[in-house]
Amino acid sequence: MPGEPILELVDISKSFGGVHALRNVDLALAPGEIHGLVGENGAGKSTLMKIIAGVHTDFGGVMRVRGRETRFRSSRDALEAGIGMVHQELSIVPSLSVAENVYLGSQPTNRAGLVDWTAMRRGARELLGRLGLDVDVETPVGALPIGVQQLVELGRVLFSGAELIILDEPTSALSPPETERLFTVLSRLRDEGRSIVFISHFLEDILRVSDVVSVFRNSRKVVTERVSPALDKGWLIERMIGAQAADLEESWTGAVPLAGPGRSPVVLEASGLSHAPAFHDLSFAVHAGEALGVYGYMGCGQVELSRALFGKLRPGGGELRIDSRPVRLGNTAQARRAGVAFVPESRRAMLFAEEPIYKNISISILETISRLWVKPDRERELATGHIRSLSIRAPGPEARLGSLSGGNQQKVALARWLTCLPRVLVLCEPTRGMDVGAKEDVVRIVRSLKEQGIGVIVLSTEPETVLAMSDRIVVMRRGRIVKEFAEGSVSKDQLLAAA
Amino acid sequence: MDATTAAASRSTFSSRAARWLAHRMRNVAPLLTLLFLVLFFTLASPSFASVGNLWNILQQVSVTAIIAVGLTFVILTAEIDLSVAAVANATGIVVAFFTLQDASVNIANVPLPGWLAIVLALASCLLLGLVTAFGVTRIGIPSFIMTLAMMQIGAGICALLVRGQIAYSVPALVTTLGSRSIMGVPWIVVVAVVALLAAHVVLTYTRFGRYVYMVGGNREAAENAGVNARMVVGAALVISALCAGVAGMLGVAYFGSAQQNEFDGYLLDAIAAVVVGGTSLFGGRGGIGNTILGLLVLGVLNNGLDHVNIDSFLKILIRGLILLTALVINVYAERLRGAAREQG
Repeated sequence: MPGEPILELVDISKSFGGVHALRNVDLALAPGEIHGLVGENGAGKSTLMKIIAGVHTDFGGVMRVRGRETRFRSSRDALEAGIGMVHQELSIVPSLSVAENVYLGSQPTNRAGLVDWTAMRRGARELLGRLGLDVDVETPVGALPIGVQQLVELGRVLFSGAELIILDEPTSALSPPETERLFTVLSRLRDEGRSIVFISHFLEDILRVSDVVSVFRNSRKVVTERVSPALDKGWLIERMIGAQAADLEESWTGAVPLAGPGRSPVVLEASGLSHAPAFHDLSFAVHAGEALGVYGYMGCGQVELSRALFGKLRPGGGELRIDSRPVRLGNTAQARRAGVAFVPESRRAMLFAEEPIYKNISISILETISRLWVKPDRERELATGHIRSLSIRAPGPEARLGSLSGGNQQKVALARWLTCLPRVLVLCEPTRGMDVGAKEDVVRIVRSLKEQGIGVIVLSTEPETVLAMSDRIVVMRRGRIVKEFAEGSVSKDQLLAAA
Repeated sequence: MDATTAAASRSTFSSRAARWLAHRMRNVAPLLTLLFLVLFFTLASPSFASVGNLWNILQQVSVTAIIAVGLTFVILTAEIDLSVAAVANATGIVVAFFTLQDASVNIANVPLPGWLAIVLALASCLLLGLVTAFGVTRIGIPSFIMTLAMMQIGAGICALLVRGQIAYSVPALVTTLGSRSIMGVPWIVVVAVVALLAAHVVLTYTRFGRYVYMVGGNREAAENAGVNARMVVGAALVISALCAGVAGMLGVAYFGSAQQNEFDGYLLDAIAAVVVGGTSLFGGRGGIGNTILGLLVLGVLNNGLDHVNIDSFLKILIRGLILLTALVINVYAERLRGAAREQG
């Protein structure tokens, strides 16, 4: 153990309205150490971190900061005690400059009481330089790549003098080079003697960067273990889900065999599709019953491609054919009628949290089940069927969508397209932020859709997702298709190397 | 799952009642306000609570009601229409412009058959609505700004057509609907009730109505589900302009004259009716039922203040305070819902 723990938690419990979020958790965080936290969604990691960061103030148990028993009343208290948190959703202000963001809420002032811009720019440049970041501190943060934004936010937390830094899913939006840079920075900070908590779904990342790892399951801490070569992904998964993970493991690592295009007819064909500056001259085809994976780093043009496929963006050039008929998709309703289904990357962008499940499902098929009048009974009946067949955990079709867990919400979004089968299903980041079990369910649903003759396009920046779902994979880089893997097998390394 | 049910059964009756209230704050608050106002004015003035006065109130809110019907559609889609009063005024003036006026009225108007004047008036408010819809959905101007411009355009049309004069004649049909009664019931009340009922049916039982709520609740999600959200918003804006136009024509007959700035108070009244009734300014929540409540609150307040002995200059301030209270409740209702939800 490298020294006294900077923070010690003893017997921490927390419940929300009778539901236990944490039970009797002990955890010690030492200086000069990176502590990885893993567990499925809802296992209690984030709740624990929010207790440490002063967001949740009402909990059972004892918290000691540098040996002294402490109880924060607010996140400001925590910050003053040297504890900073970088949340999954960045809290930077996109329209403000890098320097302003670094000094947000604590701008240096000169004698006249005005903001001292020179000092601010110099300070920000110096601080970010220490993080290995060389950017113009006067550019608005919103104009920078997301990885740089993350580093800017990290910079702000460091600047506030944090000795203990909590990072919640910091790498989910980063490209591998950006992740590398973040890891370098974290290692340097550790060597400076700071204590870092690293929460992630990416087990490789956890194993690479952490000195110690703790596994959470069902609101309890299962184990804390020093990271060693003997500790591998399988070991972690086993403890996270409490079951033999060999069969799960298979679909996420190693070389994955590709089925190839097969002989079925082409359902969607793009030729020379262009939309400057996002993507150029994309030509590809999707066959019935086939899943085409589109892999590339953030910003490679996938997002724009998916929008063009669903009529949200009119491509500047090229042609799109569905069932060999040329289509022009001016809006999403036209795309839906042409047989395209779409599941965007964020759940908020596709679901109505305030509405019951059945309305969330029926929205895409109202045109087919009702000419003028809505038919709630029919909608509820359809929804009940989907709840059963997709094993969505919900009390019934009337349940408010927002009351479901993330994985179940994703299933509702997929259920929407199951009643009247589309020709092509466009999935963006279908499993981002999901736990292992929910991922498996989504993969299963997509597989059954393929069996019914639907062409699927999976776009993702996570190689695991593309590998787990695709029969054929194209790799995009800077708006162009640079490689296609159609036969034999492909591994994560090969994908990363191609992108 | 069982942990949640256990928690629910353990929670006491009072906390459950509080949560129920929090969820229905949107409907409960305007209803309580209405009951309170009726009770207050009944006690404060002997002349307030009478059948005759009830008809007065209904007649007084009818023009606002017809405008508020269209505005409800717009606010439910999370947009706003500030041009309703100006469109109403313009349409009323257009219908008078195409009607033969008394020799004393010095307007270079174009007398046409009554039915044609009505058709032209409806066409002009439809056109104004389409322009608004085009600006908002195709060009992408925020509805707040776009309808602000349309408000000025409507006022400009009024100014050009009447040039500071006052017109009195409107087609016979408009006169009947705006100022006559059938079996003791003012026609304008009948029109308002029919409009409210029709809008309620459309919003609650038709596919378009469902789309209005879904687009207002989460526009991006509606688009991603393959709903043509721009079309829905555009249709709501056109409906709003048409309702405003009908209200404008009947209003001219109701007031007995057509002139500039005659509907100026109706923009605030119509928005107030929708929002005081509890329809969310953030879209997706509320409906015609709420608008009816809001109309009654406003009608009772305006009418009641005339029955009690109160400084008439103070009335404006009181109305402002009531509107502010409603806005506070509107925002809190949203927040309370959120809080109640987090508790379970």
